[in-house]
Amino acid sequence: MTSSNPPTGQPGVPVLEVRNISKSYGGAKALEGVSLALQAGHVHCLAGENGCGKSTLIKIISGAERPDGGEIFIDGKPHPFMTPSQAIKEGIQVIYQDFSLFPNLTVAENIVLTSVVAKRSKVFSAGKNRPAAERIVKELGLTLDLDKDVERLSVADKQLTAICRALVSEARVIIMDEPTTALTHSEVARLFGIVRKLQDRGVALVFVSHKLEEALQVSQDLTILRNGIHVVSGPTTGFDRRSLIKHMTGRAVNETRLITSPQLEERPVLSVRSLSVSGAFHDVSFDLHRGEILGITGLLGSGRSEIAESLFGVLPADSGTVEVEGKTVRVRSIDDAIRAGIGYVPEDRLTQGLFLEKSIADNIIAGSVDKHRRGPVLLDSKKVSSSIRRLFDQLRIKAPNVLAPVRSLSGGNAQRVVLAKWLANQPKVLMLNGPTVGVDVGSKEEILAVLREQAGNGMGVLVISDDVPELVTVCNRVLIVRQGSVIDILEGDGVNGTAIEELMAA
Amino acid sequence: MSETRTLPRASGLARFKGANNEGVLALVLVVLIIGMTIISPSFFSVGTFFAILRSSIVPLVFALAVLIVIISGGIDVSFAAIAIFAAYTAVKLTGSGNFDPGLIAIVLFACLIGALLGLVNGAVIARFRLSTLIVTLGTQGIFRGLLVAYIGSRYIADLPGSMSAVSTSNLISLEGGGANAYLHVLVVPVVLLCVLIALMLRRTMFGRGIYALGGDMEAARRAGFSVVRIQIALYVLAGVLAALAGVFHVILGRNANPQDLVGTELDIIAAVVLGGASIFGGRGSVLGTVLGVLLVQLINNSLILVGVPTAWQRTAVGVLLVIGVGIQAISAKRESKRVLVNDEVKE
Ligand SMILES: Nc1ncnc2c1ncn2[C@@H]1O[C@H](COP(=O)(O)OP(=O)(O)OP(=O)(O)O)[C@@H](O)[C@H]1O
Ligand SMILES: [Mg+2]
Repeated sequence: MTSSNPPTGQPGVPVLEVRNISKSYGGAKALEGVSLALQAGHVHCLAGENGCGKSTLIKIISGAERPDGGEIFIDGKPHPFMTPSQAIKEGIQVIYQDFSLFPNLTVAENIVLTSVVAKRSKVFSAGKNRPAAERIVKELGLTLDLDKDVERLSVADKQLTAICRALVSEARVIIMDEPTTALTHSEVARLFGIVRKLQDRGVALVFVSHKLEEALQVSQDLTILRNGIHVVSGPTTGFDRRSLIKHMTGRAVNETRLITSPQLEERPVLSVRSLSVSGAFHDVSFDLHRGEILGITGLLGSGRSEIAESLFGVLPADSGTVEVEGKTVRVRSIDDAIRAGIGYVPEDRLTQGLFLEKSIADNIIAGSVDKHRRGPVLLDSKKVSSSIRRLFDQLRIKAPNVLAPVRSLSGGNAQRVVLAKWLANQPKVLMLNGPTVGVDVGSKEEILAVLREQAGNGMGVLVISDDVPELVTVCNRVLIVRQGSVIDILEGDGVNGTAIEELMAA
Repeated sequence: MSETRTLPRASGLARFKGANNEGVLALVLVVLIIGMTIISPSFFSVGTFFAILRSSIVPLVFALAVLIVIISGGIDVSFAAIAIFAAYTAVKLTGSGNFDPGLIAIVLFACLIGALLGLVNGAVIARFRLSTLIVTLGTQGIFRGLLVAYIGSRYIADLPGSMSAVSTSNLISLEGGGANAYLHVLVVPVVLLCVLIALMLRRTMFGRGIYALGGDMEAARRAGFSVVRIQIALYVLAGVLAALAGVFHVILGRNANPQDLVGTELDIIAAVVLGGASIFGGRGSVLGTVLGVLLVQLINNSLILVGVPTAWQRTAVGVLLVIGVGIQAISAKRESKRVLVNDEVKE
């Protein structure tokens, strides 16, 4: 038994171990002979590119999926597969990548319901269960509104609700599938504080994140998958960012700045003057030219996202003017913005705006039917299929073909479909909020290259992000927002990591 | 959260509206009553009130069955077929009134049949994961066919004594003064059923499981709910409720006709949807459903009173359904835009 254990540095029976797990979906192999051992009190990082099988492995451990082959050992006892209730009874809690919350129930009920199910209770009392929910929310130092329906929450609050739900019962194994995608730095720090407390209590944890620094910081053990195959396992101390990327992608990834200042037209494609939304930001002015990628950054709460939302008509401005190609436009609604040629990809990990049961192709084209017409009624099918093909290839969506339903995609790949949908619409100005959140480190580069190419073809691109390396790699200029005002605009060599970080936090 | 922004919230109004628009519905009801009273002053009387309650007895029990199915994210069109199958069979077994096993036995027997037919629905839906509409469309045809082919197609006029005794029992009888008003005794079990179903939905894990299923079936499975078991139990319960409604219908009509109740499905579904149950699943309440049924009955009654032909009443119910569903579709669209905003503007 010990011989097949990955070297995790601590002797003793693992709390949970999987051996030789295989799983395929209709011929496509998602996992092939993967093994993993979790030690009490350790955080085990599971890393790999989008679609390499991380979430699939997690779902097999939690009983949400059945493996085709392999075994699951809990305290040394073998099981051919798990069922969800069995896994919960064994003390396995999962924060799913798609959260798996009940949109129609309140935050409080979402947090406690799973543990009540596990108790095999026949009755449910909202009042009796509320203190448990309150306690965990307080312990995490959050201000979640317990009485709100989950469907009315922001993505971040949904994620926090999912975290609370996993932590509320006394679990022995807690698996976190990208738990931090929507969180702020301080929330991540608090989560890590809790993780350390859980470790002291002897809980075994699994942590998945495409933010490699986080993964390296929080974990003791590490396993890397590539295309459903186990690549390497070992203590985290034996890895650094570079070796991690190397193992994940099988190649070295270039993360340096490739931008030069392009020749810009005189007239900006988007010109914003003295834009204000009370309580969010004030007196924001800037120009965006064709072929340019402009970054907007700042801490969360600085107003960086609200600027984009205002331009997209979600948060109509109180004062100020917006010009697109020299023409003043009034943006009071999303429809106004789209008509003016402004597109917005919201920061979105829940594959929002996608039709999950429909194919990748349908989803890509769904937002831009008007751009692919031939005459008033007919679609130009040749143009449609060439657009789909081009975006599918460019964004390297990992799927057997364009007809696969979006539901069958991994989280990161569904995110790419959202991006493809907006690119297909070819707006004059495209604003993207966190365009590569949840995308693996290797593909980040490719997606950023796509943005550069789009800009090169004459689109004006706005990237809202707090990912400093990403901004440095892709942006010609970077707007720094602090407390609702633009405090600086970095250009040329001024766009570098230290400068951005200092200005943001200062 | 660090990023805080308070969006204006309609607090008082929102509370009045209720989780499923119950407040709005109650308001519409009141407005309609006032309007009718102005048009025809005789409308506003205890007699009318009791008559509307009486006409709501059967629809309300049906509506409870439909409600739990809709909350779970399904739709059931077989309930009327189950109802008449169960009630007619139960009456038929008494040999057209020659043999009277007692009311309780008849009701229990009908419920058993309803449970079995509901089990067929539930098993097929849970096992094969088919569309609930398609399955119940199919089974309702089958149930009706079996009833007429094997049980009987003849109209039974003489009910067993224990049943016909209930037919003529009133809870409240107000006589004299030219206007008599009777409140039928069957409102008692109906009120009881409403309370029970409301408690079941709110306070039991089975009830919460129904909501969970309607919210996200995969999430329910992952949370450890036994989706198959909940679905089967839920259709069995719907079958039992339908059977009860069938028995009540027979009692109120004082005869058992296997051709009855055909085509009443739409009225019921319309009432439930008007009552705030979401056609997408996951939402709905007994209170809203009661209001929805009362509204539909009130409208039907009013239309008769002002002399609108029956054919147009069907149209009116159709329009109501379109309005109810339309409101939901529009607010769902608005909600999805709102969520887009919400994505970053954290409240
Ligand atoms: N239900 C399904 N039907 C068909 N294929 C599926 C299904 N679920 C997952 N897959 C495929 O299995 C592979 C592994 O997906 P998985 O979700 O485990 O990836 P992941 O490592 O979690 O990626 P990400 O980092 O993007 O979340 C992918 O190629 C995906 O398309
Ligand atoms: Mg995943």
